[in-house]
Order: sequence, then structure tokens, then C-alpha cells
Amino acid sequence: MAGDNNDGLPVRTGFLGWLNKRLPVDAFMRDQLTGYYAPKNFNIWYFFGSLALLILVMQLVTGIFLTMHYKVGELTAFDSVEYIMREVPYGWLLRYLHSTGASAFFIVVYLHMFRAMLYGSYKAPRELLWLFGMVIYLALMAEAFMGYVLPWGNMSFWGAQVIVNLFGTVPVIGPGLVEWIRGDYGIADATLNRFFSLHVVAVPLVLLLLVALHLVALRQTGSNNPDGVEIKANKGADGKPIDGIPFHPYYTVKDIVGVGVFLTLFCIVVFFMPTFGGIFLEQPNFEVANPMSTPLHIAPVWYFTPFYAILRAVPDQQLGALAMALSLVCFLLLPWLDRSPVKSTRYRGWMWKSALTLFVIAFIGLGYLGLKPPSDLYTLLARVFSVVYFAFFVLMPIYTKLDPVKPVPTRVTYDHG
Amino acid sequence: MVDSLMHRNLLGRTAGRIVLAVASLALGAALLVSPAARAAEEGGHGEEHAVHWQGWKAGNVVSDKASLQRGATNFMNYCVGCHSLKYMRYERMAKDLDISTEQLRKNLIPTGAKPTDYILSTFPKAEGEVWFGRSPPDLSLITRSKGSDYVYQFLKTFYVDETKPTKSNNLALDGAAMPAVLSDLEGVKRAVFPAGGGVDAHGAKALERFEQVSPGALTPEQFDGFVRDTVNYLSYVGEPTQVEREGLGIWIVLFLLVFTWFAWLLKLEYWKEVH
Repeated sequence: MAGDNNDGLPVRTGFLGWLNKRLPVDAFMRDQLTGYYAPKNFNIWYFFGSLALLILVMQLVTGIFLTMHYKVGELTAFDSVEYIMREVPYGWLLRYLHSTGASAFFIVVYLHMFRAMLYGSYKAPRELLWLFGMVIYLALMAEAFMGYVLPWGNMSFWGAQVIVNLFGTVPVIGPGLVEWIRGDYGIADATLNRFFSLHVVAVPLVLLLLVALHLVALRQTGSNNPDGVEIKANKGADGKPIDGIPFHPYYTVKDIVGVGVFLTLFCIVVFFMPTFGGIFLEQPNFEVANPMSTPLHIAPVWYFTPFYAILRAVPDQQLGALAMALSLVCFLLLPWLDRSPVKSTRYRGWMWKSALTLFVIAFIGLGYLGLKPPSDLYTLLARVFSVVYFAFFVLMPIYTKLDPVKPVPTRVTYDHG
Repeated sequence: MVDSLMHRNLLGRTAGRIVLAVASLALGAALLVSPAARAAEEGGHGEEHAVHWQGWKAGNVVSDKASLQRGATNFMNYCVGCHSLKYMRYERMAKDLDISTEQLRKNLIPTGAKPTDYILSTFPKAEGEVWFGRSPPDLSLITRSKGSDYVYQFLKTFYVDETKPTKSNNLALDGAAMPAVLSDLEGVKRAVFPAGGGVDAHGAKALERFEQVSPGALTPEQFDGFVRDTVNYLSYVGEPTQVEREGLGIWIVLFLLVFTWFAWLLKLEYWKEVH
């Protein structure tokens, strides 16, 4: 039994001894924290995993308190949000923490995903880890979208209208599917109620399960690192990786610094610019949902805009929706599209570096264009960026194979000692 | 008392602005939100028309309680006849604005209303739709959904238009259902449009100048102050906690900076051993 392995565990008497006989507290700490070895050369990109976990917890806690005061229903939802903002003690803080938290979640997750691309963290043996992460991202999109509808502002309503209608482009079952999702012939009370149920119960449960799986898979393979070197390949006489250090205390104290920096920036937004100039909370959402009045310019929240721009770039709506779906699926295929023998960008050649740079420009460019009303120039740019976006994935098996890579060292680079 | 509070709030705001400025740089997001960037953008469009009314800023300061008190009085005298503030209670307003219960009862609450009531207009909704084509909107969130500058521009750009049923029109909201109710204060003005008419680069109606047809009870400067105070009050009503929010934010951010500094020292101490 794993619980009987007492290597390196402190000898406990009294209550802790009693407890550890019944619950493997010390063994768990040893296996997951003090005895879990992580590469010592993590850089700034490695803060975002722990930050994502922090935000998840924060969203759950603020969400629980918001749910105590929020009143679902098309006649009560908007008013109850204003009630929270004005009459619930520190309700405004809960709401701003939650709304800013949603945007912060995506910023952190995008940076976390980019880190994986930068250092090839999705490559064998971490394909499943990447897949769990991507499914978390998709679940997060669903969670954010449904949460965005709950305040029942006018942009909530029309955003829901646009996004739910995308499912109508599915051949044959489309129209029925849309009706099934909405629970009505239009976005209505029934839609709001089911989105509430999914947002506060179903999707958070799925997210927690997936995050657990993501972490278990990470513990199984161990972390990648900026050099893309497997630290388990170089073990000392004690059987520990030479380039590894115990996660606790080294990375726990380091992650606390990351938490401090993150919370400082986060709180500056929460307390001094909670709407972030109309990007995190949009102006039309301070008007109640009104099926008779379309906002001047409907755009999803910023974290969906790269995909929204791809949708708009395709002249045909059905093909556009397909392109948008594919743009997400591409990420899932990444571990198998990348044929490079090297993980980290540090040791890859100019082809990969150029491709990744162009992809980042296209992704950010699409994100910007998705926020703006379309114009001839913008549509042209969106098309160019969309082509670059897909070319990055479609051509990957070719350019990663041809790419002139550099020799990978056997040990990680670490020169802070 | 009011003065010292105001002073403290203004100080708080100044400190808040400093934190904000530093943070914006750190975020690299300053361009998205900073007033300077917005001003630069607007300046770049130059003088397509003589009066750049779209660039007018409300310039209100929500921590200025004297201004909010004047704005509340303006609202109760000129606006509440038609417009409600359905999320705002008289009592909350009095507390936030340092208005005594006595003053509140004497000057601001209509007969029969209680301090705990919401600020609701007695304007008959159904008749409003018949008289104006739509009932006057609730203004609780108007500065959040349209912006304070918009409300300021709206209140300042009424002009005579004989073709409209209200005999008036508005630059910020063409064909506004609302009559020029502030004209006894501002006076009546005529809009002179450029020969070709047309719109400016922002898609708004181009304006050459306003001409005063008849004077009002207030001078232009006084009227400007009147509008600014009123917008300020509506801005407060849009988010009553905003001054408290910034005041609290300074302490939270300062705490986090100190916390991060100590966390950094702790990290250095532990990582000494890593080679």
C-alpha cells in the first residue's frame, strides 16, 4: 500500500500521529509538495499555472457570495445586480472582483498556453496534460459566456443572441439545436435560468474535475522547463533529479511573489478602473436587456474576439462558424502537428521562431479586430490574419520537420547560483 | 466638516491617480484607457467644424460633495418631475452627500415620501408615451451606459428647431423627445450649421456656432456650472460607491506592494541554497 511507505516522513505522536494513521496527510505532503521535484530553471512564464488556480478559487468564492444576492429571472436579474452594487455591503467589491476575475482568468490562461507553445510543453510525454488543459479552456469559455449573460444587460442579451445562433449553422439539426439550447424561440427567461444553473453548478464542477485531472497528469510526467530537457533523465545517487528542487518550499515561496505581483495589478484594475475603459464591463450592459433595441455595435467580450474575428472574416456564415470551430480544434491537435525533435523554442530554428511570432501577431491582431466594427480595411486584415492563424497549424508538420534545430543540452541552464 | 471631508477625498483621489498612473505603465495598457490618449486622438481630427461639441468634457469630480449637493438640488428641481432614479434611496443620497435629515425632509423629499423610498418620479408613464412618443427614461445608470461626457453634451446642445413637435432639437441626440426644459436657465439658442450641412469625422452633426436668441436666468458660465453639477450628481448616482472604492483601493494596493516586497525577500532567502 502506498500509505505504508514512510520514507522521509516525520515521526508523529499525539494527535498528528493519530491523524496520520487514518489520513495520509504527511505522505500526501511528501508525495505532492516536499518530495515532488520541479526543474530549478523555471522563469516568469511558469507563474501562470498557480495564478490560474488562484483565480479559479477567487471566482468560486466571490461567485458563492454573489449567488446569495443575485436573483435569476428576466424581470429581476438586472435589478438584483444593481442591488448588489449599491445595497449589499461590499457587494460592489464582490461584483468587480468577479467581473475583473473573468478577464484576468483569460489573460492568465492565454499566457499559460503561450508558455506551453514557447517551450513545447504539449509534446510527448505531456499530450494528455495539454488536452486536459485545452478542455479546461473550452469549459472556461462556456463558463464565461454564460456568466456574461446573467447580469441581463443589453449586451448580455444580444451577445447571447449572436453566439447561440452560431449553433444554428450546424447542418440539419441546427435550428432545433438552437431552440434546445435557448429553451424558447428567442433568448428569454428560460435561457437565463438554464445558463444560471450551468454557470453556478454544472460547469464549475466540470472545471474542478478537469483541473484535478490536469494536476494529476502534471504530477505523473513532471513539469517541462524552458530548456525542454527531461530532468528525470539525470538522477543523482539519491534517486532525485539533479536539476530538480522540491516544489515546496522553493516554488511555493516563489509563487507567492507571483501572487503578490498579480494581485497588485489586479486590484489596481478592480479599484481604479473596474470597467477597464469599457473592455471588461461594456457600456451597453448598463442598460437592461431589450429585444427591441440592438446596441450600435455588437461584439463579444475581448477574450472571444480572436475567434469572432475569424467568424466575420469568412464571407459565408456557415463556413465562418466552421472556421471558428476549427480555429479552436487546431489547438487540440498541436501535440501531433508538431514534428520537431526539440521542445523548447530556445533550441529551435528560424522557421519555428518566425511561425510562432507570426501566429502571436495574428492572434492579437484578430483579437483587436474582433472588438472593432468591420470596415473594408479591417475585413481584409482579418482575412490575412486568419490565413496566418490556420497556416501556423496546417503547415506545422512541414516546417517543424525542416527546421534547422540546435543541439539540446543534457542539463538545464541555470546561472543564478 | 464638509470641507475637511472634501479635502480628504480629493487627497485620496490624487493619491489614487498616482497609483493609477504607475499601474497603467506597468500594465502597458495605459493607451487603452488614459484620458491623455483619448485627448490626443480627438485632437488629431482637427477643426473640421467650428464647434467641436463632441470633444466637450463634463470634467466633473465625484468626490466634490458641494458640487454633488448642488447637483442633487438641481435634479430635484428640474429633473425628477419626469425622470426617476429607481436604484437610489433619498436616505442613502443624504448620507453620502452629508445632507442632514432635516434638510432632506425640508428641501429634497416630495410630500408624502419617506427617506427610505427610492427616488421615483410621479410622472405618469402611459401619458408620457402619448405625449413624447416614449416615457422619460430612468437616469440611475445613464452616466454608465452613455458616459458623463455624453450627458453633459446632451444638456448643453439643445437648440431651436421649429420642425419638431417640441420646437427644439439636440445635437447629441438628434430628434430628442425631451423638450429643452432648461431653456429658462440657459436661454434659447439657435444652431448655425455649415453651408453644406453634413456630418463631421465622428459621424456627428457638424456645427458652426450657437447664437443666443434670448437670454436665460443664468449666465453661460453659471449654466455650465449648473450642468456640470447635475452631471456630477448623476455620475455619483451611477455608482454611489466609487469614491469609497478608490479610497479603499489605495490602502489595498499599498498593502499588496509591501506584501510582495516581503514575499520577494523570503524567496531570495530560500533560493540562496539553489545552485
